[in-house]
Amino acid sequence: MGRYIAKRVLMAIVTIWLVATITFFLMFLVPGGPFLAEKSPSPATLEALNKKYGLDQPVIVQYKNYMLNLVKGEMGESIKQRGRTVSGIISDGFKVSARVGGLAILTAIVIGVPLGCIAALNRGKWLDNLIMVIATCGIAVPGFVVSTVLMLIFSVKLNLLPTYGLSSWRHYIMPVMALAFYPTAYISRLMRTSMLDVIGQDYMRTAKAKGLSQFKMLFKHALRNAILPVVTYLGPLIAYTLTGSFVIEKIFTIPGLGNEFISSITGRDYTMIMGTTIFLASLVIFMNLVVDIAYKIIDPRIKFQ
Amino acid sequence: MSNKHKPFSMHLDVSDFLPADKEEKQSLVIMRESVGFWRDGARRFKKNKIAMTSLIIIILVFIFSFILPSFYPYAYEQQIRGSENLSPFQYSEAELERMAAGESVFPHFLGTDSLGRDITARLMMGSRISLLVGLVASILVLIIGSLYGSIAGYFGGKVDMIMMRVVDIIYTVPDILIIILLMVTLKYPLQDLANNVPGFAWINTIGIGLISIFIVFSLLYWVGMARIVRGQILTLKEQEYVTAARALGASHRRIIGKHLLTNCMGPLIVTTTLQIPSAIFTESFLSFIGIGVQAPMPSLGSMAANAIGGIYSYPHRLFAPAIMISLIILSFNLLGDGLRDAFDPKLKN
Repeated sequence: MGRYIAKRVLMAIVTIWLVATITFFLMFLVPGGPFLAEKSPSPATLEALNKKYGLDQPVIVQYKNYMLNLVKGEMGESIKQRGRTVSGIISDGFKVSARVGGLAILTAIVIGVPLGCIAALNRGKWLDNLIMVIATCGIAVPGFVVSTVLMLIFSVKLNLLPTYGLSSWRHYIMPVMALAFYPTAYISRLMRTSMLDVIGQDYMRTAKAKGLSQFKMLFKHALRNAILPVVTYLGPLIAYTLTGSFVIEKIFTIPGLGNEFISSITGRDYTMIMGTTIFLASLVIFMNLVVDIAYKIIDPRIKFQ
Repeated sequence: MSNKHKPFSMHLDVSDFLPADKEEKQSLVIMRESVGFWRDGARRFKKNKIAMTSLIIIILVFIFSFILPSFYPYAYEQQIRGSENLSPFQYSEAELERMAAGESVFPHFLGTDSLGRDITARLMMGSRISLLVGLVASILVLIIGSLYGSIAGYFGGKVDMIMMRVVDIIYTVPDILIIILLMVTLKYPLQDLANNVPGFAWINTIGIGLISIFIVFSLLYWVGMARIVRGQILTLKEQEYVTAARALGASHRRIIGKHLLTNCMGPLIVTTTLQIPSAIFTESFLSFIGIGVQAPMPSLGSMAANAIGGIYSYPHRLFAPAIMISLIILSFNLLGDGLRDAFDPKLKN
């Protein structure tokens, strides 16, 4: 197990380094620098600015300097948002994104798992069909469609919920619902399949023959085994929530990390592009790693390779 | 002849040894007509009502987006002066005058947008872009993934190990981050190539946005396909016919192309079909956040994004692309599921 974890951690580090390197060189392929958007600075100012941020040096030297600083944990200052450090902006944005994303993941699990179980236990009946039709449609609807339709219903027609910002709990309802929509549908489908699989197993028949109560059978035997595929889905789910948040944050004007990422790219804010990319990539890679290891601990039948 | 009633008699009945007539022969044939892989799958597929319905919907969407625009009187980029912001089936004053003069004016089924462009025409073009992206991206993924996967699986050993490590790493890279970066980065070199290098002017006709989407997809999305193909090849290459082919002196290329890949057609088709909706999904996402297909070319994603500003007054502008994209993705998903059940039952779950 120790060897497995060490191997995976090493690979994760290689991947993060690769992402950082690709991002760094891609960034410099894009013409136009961070200072071009401002009302054309004089050549002298431009030179001074470039010097201040080390942009006058050859790219390879900049790369070396950046990587050395990164190892020390320093990501520098934002070029566009003067006076703010990249890590400060990231942690501010991440607090907001994580709250919305975390609530969405929680919602998806809390609604998706029971729905899938109900569908599996009522296999072939109208309730099962209804849930599966909704779930199948739910997978086909992109996040931006869900959020705009929600906005239309709850804000425009019913005038119940606010459309932008995050100042009260009512502001959270729509973004969280929109973000949780797809994973809820996906989890309920996943849960139904694995529940049906578990119900057909021999140990379930044994449990029934022993005279266990329905409740105990469901929670102690079936659910514990059937939930495993949902655990493996958590890794992709976190990645999905992250990309989903790019859209959700744009629609509901939430000052999250997704917004920062997009605006840093369009504004050529080099240090911010690097910072957000490395942070988001590490987050996804690390979460996948944690989920994979947790999965193998939960299910001892899976061997470490 | 009287030994019929004596069961233990050693005498043989001559009539038992007469040649069988046609009817008797026919009654012994219990085999049905032999059915090949394709016909068997097609038979199963035709029985699947959901999959057949989605196939019909997909064909209708194809007709709507590829054939109908040539008969439609409005072009997607055509701005009709004085007809801005019309509701569905509403006519502008100029058009009403023309109608009063006895001319027939084609109705705007879904109205027009703020620049006076017919939304139905834009919807057709947007669906065409989505379908193109889905199909071309999946075919690129199919080609790259199946070649890579079959080479890794066929040669095995060190080659396999190194090739699959590369796949593992690309697999863990958060794709959307790199896609967004690449989309922004690729724009300029492609523009340069199209405008300055002779022979590359076609890039402008297809559109830089679309080309970069294709490049990005073929760079990142082939890894799933490569894994599936490799898994198939690993088992297939142990089969006798591969040994036979090798004994006959067939080249590696011929064995992979002629024997191995043709034998994992089922999973290949199913995975490719299921790749289409996910490519369409990603394209609409990119266009929605404003870095996909470039204006004036419409995309379902960018149409929805443009409609958000006017959500209070013109909700139908949002619904049209939203329903269209959901319908396309849903149909392809269901078609893929149906194909999987028909051609590759093992792949289920």
